[in-house]
Amino acid sequence: MTVRRVLGYVVLIFFALVFIFPFVLALASSFKTLPDIQANPVQLWADPQYGGWTLDGINGLNTQSVRIPRWAINSTVVTVIATLGRVFMASLAGYALAKMSYPGKQILFALVIVLLAVPPVILLIPKFLILKQLGMLNAYTGLILPLMFDAFAVFLMKQFFEQLPDELIEAAAIDGASAWQTFSRVMLPLAAPGLIALTILSVQGIWNEFLHPLIAVPGAPELATLPLGLANLRASFGEAQPWNTILAGTLITTIPIAIVFFIFQRYFQQGVAATGVKG
Amino acid sequence: MTADTPLIVEAAPRAETFTVKRGMRLKGGSSLGWLFSAPALIGLLVFVAIPIVATAWVSLRDWSGLVSPFETEYVGFEKYNELLFADGVRRTDFALSIRNNFYYVLFVVPIQTTLAFVLAVILNNKFLKGKGFFRTSYYFPSITSSIAVTLIFVFLFQTSGAINAILPFETINWLDNANGLFHNVLGVIGIEDPPVWMVENEFMGVTFWQWIAGPSVAMFAIILLVSWTSIGTFMLIFLAGLQSIPESVEEAAKVDGASTFQTFRHVIVPLMKPTIFFVLTIGIISTWQVFDQIYATNFGGPQKTTITPAFLIYFQSFRNSQASLAAAIAVLLLVVIMVFTFTQRRLIKSTGDV
Repeated sequence: MTVRRVLGYVVLIFFALVFIFPFVLALASSFKTLPDIQANPVQLWADPQYGGWTLDGINGLNTQSVRIPRWAINSTVVTVIATLGRVFMASLAGYALAKMSYPGKQILFALVIVLLAVPPVILLIPKFLILKQLGMLNAYTGLILPLMFDAFAVFLMKQFFEQLPDELIEAAAIDGASAWQTFSRVMLPLAAPGLIALTILSVQGIWNEFLHPLIAVPGAPELATLPLGLANLRASFGEAQPWNTILAGTLITTIPIAIVFFIFQRYFQQGVAATGVKG
Repeated sequence: MTADTPLIVEAAPRAETFTVKRGMRLKGGSSLGWLFSAPALIGLLVFVAIPIVATAWVSLRDWSGLVSPFETEYVGFEKYNELLFADGVRRTDFALSIRNNFYYVLFVVPIQTTLAFVLAVILNNKFLKGKGFFRTSYYFPSITSSIAVTLIFVFLFQTSGAINAILPFETINWLDNANGLFHNVLGVIGIEDPPVWMVENEFMGVTFWQWIAGPSVAMFAIILLVSWTSIGTFMLIFLAGLQSIPESVEEAAKVDGASTFQTFRHVIVPLMKPTIFFVLTIGIISTWQVFDQIYATNFGGPQKTTITPAFLIYFQSFRNSQASLAAAIAVLLLVVIMVFTFTQRRLIKSTGDV
C-alpha cells in the first residue's frame, strides 16, 4: 500500500517537472548570454565565466524587426475589444435562445450546433476573401471583428440562461420592466458566473489566437499580435538565433495569461470540465 | 470540481412552454427574439456559415487568390483530380501531408489520452496531498500560446539544446531530421536498405517505403510537443468524469471481493466510456487540423516531412497563389475528419467494452 503511494508520488512529481521545467528554463535562459545558453543549455543559473546574468535578451525586444511592445499593445486591444463583443453578443443570443419564443428559434439553435463543429482551418480562404471584400484586410477591424463571433460562446450562454427560473422574467414583466430591462437588470446579473467563465475562456482563446491574425493582417507587421509576431521572429534572424530575446518574447506572451489563470483558475477548470462531462 | 457548480445543465423541458405561454409574449412579441439573436447570427453567417459554402464553391473554380474569384473560370473537379489522381507534385504533396498527419494522429491521440487518463486516476486518489499543485502544473501548458510553447520546444530540441544534454544518447539533430522513425528502428536491428519493390512502387506519388517509414524525427518532436501541451486539458476532463462516479460504486466492488485492478478494469473504465469516447473524438478532430506548431517549428520541413493538410491549405493559398487548390484540400480534409470520427465511433460501439 505504501509502496504504491510512493510510486504514485514519484509519477506525479516526475510529470510536474516535465510540465513546469521548460518554462523555468525559458525564464532563466532569457537572462543568460548567448554563449552561456550554448554552453550550458540545462543550467538554471547564469555562468559568470560567460558574463553572468544579462539584460541583452530584454534589450533585444524592441528593435526594427522585433517589436514586442507594439505587438503586446495590439494583442491587448484585440483581446479586450473582441472579448467584450463576443460576451455581449453571445449573452443576447444565448438569452433569446434560452428564454424567448420566436419562429425559427429551433433552426437557429441547430445552426449554432452545426457551426460549433466546423474546423476553423477549413474557413481560411473564404474568410480572407470576405475580409478583402469588406475592406477589412490589414486593419484592426478585420483583426478584431471576426473573433467576436463564436458559436461555442452562444451555446455556453444559452446553457447558463436555461438554469435561471422563468418566474423571474414574469415578475419583472409584472413590475413593468421592458424586455431589455428584464435582460440587462435582472437576468444578466444572475448569469454572472457564466459571464465570468465565458470571459476567461475568451480572453485566453483570443490572446493565443494565431490562425486568424495570420490571414487578417498578412501585410502589416505593425498590426501583428504577439503569437503572430513571435511565429515570424525566427525567420527574421539568420543562422544565429538570439534565443535569450526569443524566449523573453515567449514569456511576455505567456505571463499575462498565466496571471489570469492563477486568479481565475476555478473558472478555467470548470469550463473545461463542463464541456467534457456534457460530452 | 463540477459536482457543486455544474456549468452546463440541460434545462427542464417545462421551461420552453412556460415562456411561450406567459413569458416574453407579454412584451413585444416574437420580433424581439430575432432582435436579440441578430448580432451574433449575422456575424456567424458572414464569418462561419457563408465561408463553408464559399470553400466548396472556390474549390470548383480556377482562382489564384489574387484577383476577384467572381471573374474566374469554373473548372469542375479539376483541382480534386490534381490532388487525387493526376501525376505530379501537387498529388505527391497532398499524399505526403496525409501520410505525415496520419502518423501524427496515430501517435498523439494514444499518448495524450493514455497519459491524461493515468494522471487523472492517480490524482483522483482521495488520500493524495498536493492535488491542487499537481493539477495546476499539468494544466498550465494547455492555457499558454501554442506559438510560445512551440518556440520553447524548438529551443529545447536544438542540436545544442537541453534535450540532447539530458538524454544519454549521442547528439540527435531532432528538428532537421527527415528520417522516418520506423526506418530508424529497422536500422538499429540491422535492416539498412528497404526492399527494392517498396522503393520502386508507389501510391499517389509516394513510395511504399515512404508510406510505412513512420513519422520523421522532426515530426516526432512535434508529436511530443503537442502531447505535452494537451495532456492537461484531457486530464481535467477525465478527472471531472472520475469525480462524477459515486464512491459507493467502488466500495460495492470492493465488498464483492474485486482487487484494485479488477475494480479499475471492470468498474471504472466501463463507467468512463462516454468520457473516453469524448476525449478520443476531440483528440482526432483537433489533431487532423494541426497547423500552428507546424508553421512555427519548421514550416513543413525538413523535406516536407512535417507538411500537413492544414499547412498545405495555408501554404497553397497564401504563399503559392493556388487558392482553389487549397480550397479543394480543405474540403478533402473535412471528409477525412468525418471518416475518422465515424470510424472511431463505430469501433468503440462494436467492441462494446473499452
